[in-house]
Amino acid sequence: MNHTIHFTVNGEPFTLSVASHHTLLQVLREQLVLTGVKNGCEAGECGACTVLMNGEPVNSCLVLAPEADGATIVTVEGLAHDSQLDPLQEAFVAAGATQCGFCTPGILINSRALLDRNPDPTDAEIRAALVGNLCRCTGYIRIIDAVKAAAHAQREVQP
Amino acid sequence: MQPFDYIVPHNFAEASALLMAGNDDTRPLLGGTDLLIRVRGGFIRPERIIDLKQLPGMCDIVRSAEGWLVIGAACTMNQVAGHPLVRQEYELLAQACESVASYQLRNRATVGGNCCNASPAADSAPALYCLEAVMEAYGPSGVRRIPIHEFFTGPRCNALRPGEFLTGIHLPPVPSRSAGAFNKLGRTKIGDISIVSVAVWAEAGSRKLEAGGQSKHPERVDGATRTAADGQSKDAERLTWRIAIGAAGPTPLRAPEAEAALAEDASPEGVARAAQLAAEAARPIDDIRASAAYRRGMVAVLARRGVNSVLARLGAAPSVVGGQP
Ligand SMILES: Cc1cc2nc3c(=O)[nH]c(=O)nc-3n(C[C@H](O)[C@H](O)[C@H](O)COP(=O)(O)OP(=O)(O)OC[C@H]3O[C@@H](n4cnc5c(N)ncnc54)[C@H](O)[C@@H]3O)c2cc1C
Ligand code: FES
Ligand code: FES
Repeated sequence: MNHTIHFTVNGEPFTLSVASHHTLLQVLREQLVLTGVKNGCEAGECGACTVLMNGEPVNSCLVLAPEADGATIVTVEGLAHDSQLDPLQEAFVAAGATQCGFCTPGILINSRALLDRNPDPTDAEIRAALVGNLCRCTGYIRIIDAVKAAAHAQREVQP
Repeated sequence: MQPFDYIVPHNFAEASALLMAGNDDTRPLLGGTDLLIRVRGGFIRPERIIDLKQLPGMCDIVRSAEGWLVIGAACTMNQVAGHPLVRQEYELLAQACESVASYQLRNRATVGGNCCNASPAADSAPALYCLEAVMEAYGPSGVRRIPIHEFFTGPRCNALRPGEFLTGIHLPPVPSRSAGAFNKLGRTKIGDISIVSVAVWAEAGSRKLEAGGQSKHPERVDGATRTAADGQSKDAERLTWRIAIGAAGPTPLRAPEAEAALAEDASPEGVARAAQLAAEAARPIDDIRASAAYRRGMVAVLARRGVNSVLARLGAAPSVVGGQP
């Protein structure tokens, strides 16, 4: 059965007809063609599908499409504004925190949420926050460096 | 995923009627972090999924008139772990909820779903056993309350009857002088499902035992704890202990012999003996995650760590016991 949902994605309102048994991940990738949201495992394990739902990170592979009715969603495509990258994105580029890039969108979204609730996280807090984001390439060290650098850059701008 | 319909019921009676009519074709949904994995894996093929999250009170944490803490079944792990009353008074439960999976998953996974799913490894369960939670269900015959140890009936089995669903988890009030510790082992330090887990809880006095007149012997505890005691007399403080074991039996298990032994003797030798008794209370199996022998051995280790950390919490700063991690 199909449901009509109204929701906001990256600041833009949408009204869509979605199948009950489809996930938010499928809707974002297949109906809205936001392919920055990755499908790694469809089982809540890898974090590649992480998006912000009402400001908090969730695994979009475990959210049913009709559950997104009324929600505000942010995907990696929504992090940059007016061609200006988010400080986290800048830091990932500068630190070389991306290799194949498959995990990067989910890690950026989850790190954005971390810095929103904790502008000055310790190494341990970064590791704990990112435990649900698997990266098969980088070994994580540069990712953690990048999150710290972004936190630092952000505090410089808005102390 | 196999197609199914998604229904949001308007009230409790409608939800119950839908579940009653549907049998196994109809499944309740909270966070979906267990349910959707099982649907996707083809283990279950529901025709209807009933989303219970929007029913009144399901996402609320409130203090009842009798002083109990009532946690709506659909409260997420992050919501429970971060709630000020949980952190101040039931910090053991906060530790357990915070140990589940990843931050993102904890934004969806609920405490109610964790219990209804009834995995022996459900991480909130040992804490809820220690806190002697009472589960509240709504069904065709109205509201029913089930003590947590009767709610878990076997691996993936709970005490709910056809048409019934969990609405909330009720926690009895705790004395201000109380503390708990949850320790679990996974393949990784954090974020993995439990191979085995142990929750330990101690509180001043003996709420239930006193009525039965069982609390005869004064507590003998190590020096640090005794000096921190309330101070009426040297050995006035009697602690009630509760220990619950996860992922080492068909359901979570209490370890009553270990609890009684600790109430008599919480010296280092007493703690070692109680840890051994806790291991004997476990009923572990061999499976892909660990052998029964390993699990039993680790119950003793985690019990000892838990008891020692509770003693330290109670001894170090009695005025903030239960308030600080
Ligand atoms: C990657 C991953 C990691 C995980 N790690 C952990 C972990 O470390 N520790 C842990 O304990 N668990 C873990 N889990 C399991 C799961 O996340 C938890 O058990 C979670 O708390 C389930 O809650 P939920 O709200 O998602 O339940 P749901 O999936 O919505 O429901 C669980 C079950 O209960 C039934 N149900 C739901 N609501 C009700 C109700 N009100 N009344 C009656 N029945 C109901 C459903 O039909 C289903 O069978 C993990 C899962 C995943 C995918
Ligand atoms: S695709 Fe959702 S967690 Fe892997
Ligand atoms: S950069 Fe390849 S998975 Fe992380």
